[in-house]
Amino acid sequence: MSNTDIEIVVDDPTAPEANSPAVTSNRVVDVVTSLLLLALALMLGFDNWRAGAAWDSTGPQPGYFPFYLSVILGGASLYGLVAAFLSRREAAETFVTRAQLRRVLAVFVPTLLFCLATQFLGLYVASFLLISVFMRLVGKIAWWKSLLTAFVFTAVMFVTFDVAFDVIMPKGPLEAALGR
Amino acid sequence: MEAFGLLMHGFAVLLTWKTLALMMVGLVLGIFVGVLPGLGGPNGVAILLPLTFTMDPTSAIVMLSCIYWGALFGGAITSILFNIPGEAWSVATTFDGYPMAQQGKAAEALTAAFTSSFIGSLVAVLLITFLAPMISSFALKFGPPEFFAVYLLTFCSFVGLGREAKHKTVISMSLGLLLAGVGMDTVSGQLRMTFGSNELLRGINFLVAVIGLFGISEILLTMEERLALRGHAAGISLRVVLKVWKDLPKYWVTLLRSSFIGCWLGITPGGAIAASFMGYNLAKRFSKDPDSFGKGRIEGVFAPETAAHASGTSALLPMLALGIPGSGTAAILLGGLMVWGLNPGPLLFVEHKDFVWGLIASMYLGNVVGLVLVLTTVPVFASILRVPFAAVAPMIVVSCAIGAYAIQNAMFDIWLMLGFGIVGYVFKKIGIPLAPFTLALVLGNRAEDAFRLSMIGSGGDMKVFWANGLVGSITTLAIVLLFWPVIDKVFGDLSRMLRPAKA
Repeated sequence: MSNTDIEIVVDDPTAPEANSPAVTSNRVVDVVTSLLLLALALMLGFDNWRAGAAWDSTGPQPGYFPFYLSVILGGASLYGLVAAFLSRREAAETFVTRAQLRRVLAVFVPTLLFCLATQFLGLYVASFLLISVFMRLVGKIAWWKSLLTAFVFTAVMFVTFDVAFDVIMPKGPLEAALGR
Repeated sequence: MEAFGLLMHGFAVLLTWKTLALMMVGLVLGIFVGVLPGLGGPNGVAILLPLTFTMDPTSAIVMLSCIYWGALFGGAITSILFNIPGEAWSVATTFDGYPMAQQGKAAEALTAAFTSSFIGSLVAVLLITFLAPMISSFALKFGPPEFFAVYLLTFCSFVGLGREAKHKTVISMSLGLLLAGVGMDTVSGQLRMTFGSNELLRGINFLVAVIGLFGISEILLTMEERLALRGHAAGISLRVVLKVWKDLPKYWVTLLRSSFIGCWLGITPGGAIAASFMGYNLAKRFSKDPDSFGKGRIEGVFAPETAAHASGTSALLPMLALGIPGSGTAAILLGGLMVWGLNPGPLLFVEHKDFVWGLIASMYLGNVVGLVLVLTTVPVFASILRVPFAAVAPMIVVSCAIGAYAIQNAMFDIWLMLGFGIVGYVFKKIGIPLAPFTLALVLGNRAEDAFRLSMIGSGGDMKVFWANGLVGSITTLAIVLLFWPVIDKVFGDLSRMLRPAKA
């Protein structure tokens, strides 16, 4: 049987190199995250204390339950902060290498732009732009394939949600011009 | 036997062409997300949830649970053919599955994986059929203190039994509970933690958070890796299927043991991964020839797959009976139930009989249909991996955005989803587990209500959680589980100190 042959091969030409230098270590990110969580805990704790974290005649005030949760969150992130500072293992672990970061940003930045575009142009136009440009620039796929895929996908989404299921998505000037 | 009659009724509800068609669509979509890199059970269900918003609840849950079964089946395909586990619980399947594929026995391995998945789920569904109504009728006697104690038990067992660093589990959980409280307080009508923002008035929607945490962050993580792959293509012929099935009775001990482990670990939170490894290791230990494991032994495929699926399915038991999900995906299904205005918990069995038994019946049918479907269409799904990720990634992003927006028709939610995507990416990389967060976010309001109601009932006396034998033992068990690592260590030290004394 020909089952032993390797028959499916997919290449990844833009794969991150293995020997790329580290941008930052896990310890740094862990410390920063713990600090942010601690700040969040303080902020939420204060807000709940202001809303009332004690008892009145009807029972616990609205801030009671979340106030103590903020205390727990604060305590745990403080512990995490100290633990991360002392951890040797985390200091040696790479959070992300430069090549990896480049690839992650190659997805994240278009996603961010897509969200912005959705706000102003509507979701369908934005998704057409995202898919076609992403396939062309990041995936290095031929223009005609990218545009066709983007068009078909967006059209299918439009028919499924807007026409068949009546789920209304954000729309922009193009849809207005077409009268939808 | 009442259960049996109701189940038959459930089948009658399901056996319409429309439902069967939805089932097929769900399964195909599920296998699709299971096979694709960077997507899996929870992500798939979260992204595809909005599709079901306009359906009636029964059709919707049938489709969603079929997506779930499909994703479970799909994970096995990539594990065996490409040595890439689609899910963490398929890791153990690669140990023997991939060597089998290399030896040209891919078809046998796939058949074994699908069949054992089917058996594992079937055992778990049987358990659900007979146990869930019993538990829920028992839970109908629960008051607020009992419910809070059960929630506490769930949260504590995550902290005590989870393998991640304890403080990180606590962070994830308390953050989830806090974010669940954002918005209007349901008891007093007062605003909490909104900081004057109108957008936060609605609160932070559970599904928006999940789509960001699992969908967006998973794409970011996948991009970090090298996405090249080489694998085997395989078609399954009827002859191979029959051959594997003929040998099946020989492995009944392994299958039974794995099903049992899976059901047990599935009911306790976060079990599927542990179950698959435990199933594999026990099969190896009890084998007469343990050295042959890892070299392409069919038992090494049977054991983890049965356990993983039994556990993935039985995770739905506590969700249906008590309203407490046993896994991340179950938590998302629970979020879905709430969108359709169904309140999960013991009352579901009384108030929405049709729905519950329709769902349970769909578990039986979905698994049978799924087995036939995967056995016949493996080559098609294996070739999905040929589609470049650069084409798949933006489509997933768009689906996520549609999903996030559709829930409350709010542009703000798309931004929130993006924010949770970043949070999920960072949390996953520094080892803060996401499952407790998901669970806390979905249960947060109900846990708080239960706590406040029991506090109001008792006039602020904490002793209400030990007021009778039932609530007292649940609360005590919760606290024991919370400190389990400490207790375990102390007992271990004690017995070590005592043993030399005896000798």
